[in-house]
Amino acid sequence: MPDTLVSLYVFVLACFIGYFVIWGVTPSLHTPLVALTNAISGIVIIGALLVTGLEEAGTTAEIMGFFAVLLASINVFGGFLVTNRMLAMFKKKKK
Amino acid sequence: MEISANTQALAYLVAAILFILSLKGLTHPASARRGNFLGMIGMAIAIAATLAGHEVQSYGFIIAGVVAGAVIGGVLAARVQMTAMPQLVAALHSFVGMAAVLVAIGTFLNHSAAGTLNPVLMGELSAGIVIGAITFSGSVIAFGKLQGLISGAPVRFTGQHMLNAALGVVTIALAVHFAATGSMASLVIMTLLSFVIGFTLIIPIGGADMPVIISMLNSYSGWAAAATGFTLHNNLLIIVGALVGFSGAILSTIMCRAMNRSILNVVFGGFGSESGGGGASAGAVAADKGVKSASVEDAIYWMEDANRVIVVPGYGMAVAQAQHALKEMMELLEENGVEVKFAIHPVAGRMPGHMNVLLAEADIPYDHVFEMDEINPEFASTDVVLVVGANDVVNPAARTDQSSPIYGMPILEAGKAQHVYFLKRSMRPGYSGVDNLLFYQDNVSLIFGDAKDTIEGMVTTLKGGGH
Repeated sequence: MPDTLVSLYVFVLACFIGYFVIWGVTPSLHTPLVALTNAISGIVIIGALLVTGLEEAGTTAEIMGFFAVLLASINVFGGFLVTNRMLAMFKKKKK
Repeated sequence: MEISANTQALAYLVAAILFILSLKGLTHPASARRGNFLGMIGMAIAIAATLAGHEVQSYGFIIAGVVAGAVIGGVLAARVQMTAMPQLVAALHSFVGMAAVLVAIGTFLNHSAAGTLNPVLMGELSAGIVIGAITFSGSVIAFGKLQGLISGAPVRFTGQHMLNAALGVVTIALAVHFAATGSMASLVIMTLLSFVIGFTLIIPIGGADMPVIISMLNSYSGWAAAATGFTLHNNLLIIVGALVGFSGAILSTIMCRAMNRSILNVVFGGFGSESGGGGASAGAVAADKGVKSASVEDAIYWMEDANRVIVVPGYGMAVAQAQHALKEMMELLEENGVEVKFAIHPVAGRMPGHMNVLLAEADIPYDHVFEMDEINPEFASTDVVLVVGANDVVNPAARTDQSSPIYGMPILEAGKAQHVYFLKRSMRPGYSGVDNLLFYQDNVSLIFGDAKDTIEGMVTTLKGGGH
C-alpha cells in the first residue's frame, strides 16, 4: 500500500475518533476546548522543525522554517497555558 | 542521542494517544486540567522525538524560534482578559495557518533542492498552502472584527458569490498546474489568491455570528495541520489535524443548530448587522411602546423571598463586567435561602462556552451553571428571572412569529417565570435587530441602566436588609 494511502487510512480513522471524542465534551468547556485544540494544532511545529533542521536546507527554507517554528511555538505555549489558566477557574461550590 | 525512525514513530503514537485522552478529559470540569497536562506531555514527547530523529541536524534557528515563541505565548496566555479570549483564539488560529503555509513552501524548497519533487507531493503541498492561507487571512479578519479594528457589520457587494467562486476555481486550476509542472509562478499566485479567499470568505459574516466563525476557523486550522501531515507523511500531524478539524466542525454545527440556521446560511447569509439606534430617552421610548420599567427595589422585593432565581447572562454582561457583582448578589441571596442558577444559551457570548468561562472567572461554581436543555423545564416554577445583557436568546418570537428572522431558534423559556427583569441600557434590539416580544408580557419589566451598576445596587439593597 503506498504511503499516501496509509496516510488516508489514518486520517479517516482519526476523523471518527475526533467525532466521538468531541461530542462528549461538555458545552461548559467549549472555550477551553477551542484553546486546547489551538495548542495541539501547534503540532505543525513538527513540520517546522523538519524543514528548519534539515542539514541541506537553504537559507530561504531556514528562514521560513524559523518563522514557522516561532508561530507554532506561540500556539503550543500560549494555547496550553491559557487553557490551564481557564480550567483552574472552574470550581465546584466550596463546602 | 539519535533515535531510529521506528522509535520515533512509536513516540508519535504515544503522543497521539495522549492528545486523544487530553480532549477526552474535557468531558467534565473535574478531569479537564489533567487532560490539559496530558496534552502538554504529548506535545513534549512529539517535539523531543522529532529533535532526536536523524532528519534534524541543525538547531540554531530552532532554539531561537522556540524560545521566542515560548516567551510570546507565555506572556499572551498570562495577560489576556477573559473577555478577550475570542481575539486570542483568532490570533492563534492565524498562526497555525501561517505556519502551515511556511512549512509547505519550505518543504517545497528543500525537495526542490534535493530533486525529489513529485506530483503527489506537490498536490499535497498545494492543499497545505491553500488551507493554511485561507485560515490565516480569515483569522486575521475575525481578529480585526472582534478587536473592533474593522467594523463587525457584514460587508456585502453584488457579485460577491461569483467572485468567491471564480477565485476558488482559479486557485484549484493553479494548484493542478503547479502539481503537474512545479511552476514557481503558479505556486506564488496560488498562495496569494488563497490569502484573498480567506479575506473574501470572512468579511461578509456579521459580528453576531462570531461563535460560528471562531469554530469554523478552528476547524480550518485543523485541516491545515492534517494537510501538512500528508505532505510530510507524518501520521501524528494527520491524526491531530483530524481531531482539531472535527472539533471545530462539531462546534460549528452546535452553534448553527442553536440559531436554527444552516452553516451555508451563516457563511453566505450576511445576517446580524450591528444596528445603531438611540439610547437617549430609553424610558420614554419604552413607555410609548407599553413596556414597564421597574426599579432595583421592585426586583429585590420579589427576589429576597423567592425560592429560585435564574440569571440569564449574555454578552452584555461581559461588556459591563457585571459578573463579579452577580457573584456577590448570588451569595447574599443564598444566605437568604434562595436557590440561584445561571442559564446559558449555546450562542451567548462571542465564542462557544464564553459565558461559562466568564462566570468561572468570577468564582461562580460550575454546578450553578446550566445548559439550555437542562434548565428550560425549570423556568415555569421559578420566581424571578434576571436577564443580564441578553436579548434574542429569550425572545418568544423565535417560537411564535413565523416571519421573524430568528424564527425556529431554540430559546431559553425565561418568559414562563413569575417575574422577569431585563437589565438593559436602552430599548435597542439585540443583534438580530428583532423586537423582543417578551418586553410586552405582563410579568416582564425592564430595569434601565448599566448592568454592573444595577446589580451593585441590588447588592447594596440586599445588604441593607431591604424590606
